[in-house]
Amino acid sequence: MSKKIITGGLALLALMLLTIQPAAHAMEGPETATLDTLTNLFEAVSFNHAMHVDVAANDCSVCHHHTTGTKVTDERCARCHKNSGETSSVACRDCHPADPFSAEHLQKIADAPLLYHIDQPGLKGAYHRKCLGCHKEMGAPSECEACHKRTEKGDAFYRSGKFAPAAGNEHASE
Amino acid sequence: MKNLLDRRKFLKGGLASGVLASVLGTGKKASAEHSFEGYPDSMGVLVDLSKCIGCRTCEAACNKEQELPAPDKPFDDMSVFDEIRHGQKRRTSEKAYTVVNRYDVPGHDGPVFRKFQCNHCNEPGCLSSCFVNAYTKTPEGAVIYNEKVCVGCRTCMIACPFYVPAYQYSSPINPVIKKCKMCYDTRLKFGRPPACVEACPQEVMTFGKRRDLIKLGHERIQGNPGKYIDHIYGEKEVGGTAWMYLSSVPFSEVGFNTELGDQPIINYVKEFLTVVPMVLTIWPALFTGFHLLARRKENQKTTTPSDRNA
Repeated sequence: MSKKIITGGLALLALMLLTIQPAAHAMEGPETATLDTLTNLFEAVSFNHAMHVDVAANDCSVCHHHTTGTKVTDERCARCHKNSGETSSVACRDCHPADPFSAEHLQKIADAPLLYHIDQPGLKGAYHRKCLGCHKEMGAPSECEACHKRTEKGDAFYRSGKFAPAAGNEHASE
Repeated sequence: MKNLLDRRKFLKGGLASGVLASVLGTGKKASAEHSFEGYPDSMGVLVDLSKCIGCRTCEAACNKEQELPAPDKPFDDMSVFDEIRHGQKRRTSEKAYTVVNRYDVPGHDGPVFRKFQCNHCNEPGCLSSCFVNAYTKTPEGAVIYNEKVCVGCRTCMIACPFYVPAYQYSSPINPVIKKCKMCYDTRLKFGRPPACVEACPQEVMTFGKRRDLIKLGHERIQGNPGKYIDHIYGEKEVGGTAWMYLSSVPFSEVGFNTELGDQPIINYVKEFLTVVPMVLTIWPALFTGFHLLARRKENQKTTTPSDRNA
């Protein structure tokens, strides 16, 4: 009886491994990622990573420059990185700085005269350029609030919703 | 008759010496003159128009940071792109130090958005024209102004090649000039980027040292063959500006004046202005002298008439 269970279990495990293996590198990514750098104006985005993996047909390089499983494809990157191995991290935030224009970050670049990647967008820029660029190409929603709902503070910032200027004020300055 | 001729000769001599003096004067100035390259470590902003999506977040950020009056329409209202006033798209005003406009460029896929604000010239026309010295170009790169000394003459509005300074028409008592300060008081002087730069979701704007941004801009042009017009607007225009632009469509198609030349605005009036103090100081004394000399002869004539006139 116990032997049966063990063999059955092993068979099941083998089956699982077989079915998972082809998509193993895709499954290493998170199911969802929480993007919360703009939470003063917008609610955090719960990014459905798994869904986007499907959309990209398991090709990580559609979004990531370098990642586990796929080689560098961008020819500008490949000039130097065509033989580069896997990187220890593929998360956007591990390379793209949250504060690209802070005095500290600018100094860091100034102190590295041999640094090639001086034109690296910050995290917010990287997200928006990559996400919005693709969303527009694919015909996916591209309105701000399609991805992140505005908070009340955000409404105040954009002078929208209940903070909208009163009607009739429109031509006050003309 | 003779006296009249004499006077004419005197005047001619006076004019000749005056012209000579002015030529010598300007000659000396011209040799000492060199173009101001800007403060070496001044900061700047590189605006990449190809990345702008026209969300107007920069306008909202500016409004909040500068504590400007409420806008006419919410900042998420895109109908402003259709506004035309006096045949022009939106301009900077006392209520908006920066505006984004939409341009439909023939042959280009989709609209092109252009953010603009004060370009913070290396040698600002506004500063040169201001007779109360309300303007200052700071070593950090900002062109700031002192509202307290502004008399509201609006000369800077005419001097600015980009039509940026706006007049406070809403204030009947003490109207002053209003314009972008590159967030000098609240951010730039503490080493932080302007509010619009930080707020932009697309990172359309890159903040850094001006000389680094020029390098970066040219690298971006070279690294993306065919994407950009091979020109950084503001690198050389009117002597160079702190805010510079990259575009994938010709600059003239998106509201830029491409005929400004590379000379700072001051250079067009420098020679004339060097003559002004000379005219004001030398000429009164000179011509008073001529006048007295001429009158002296006339006086002599009336008191002791000469033989030839008799």
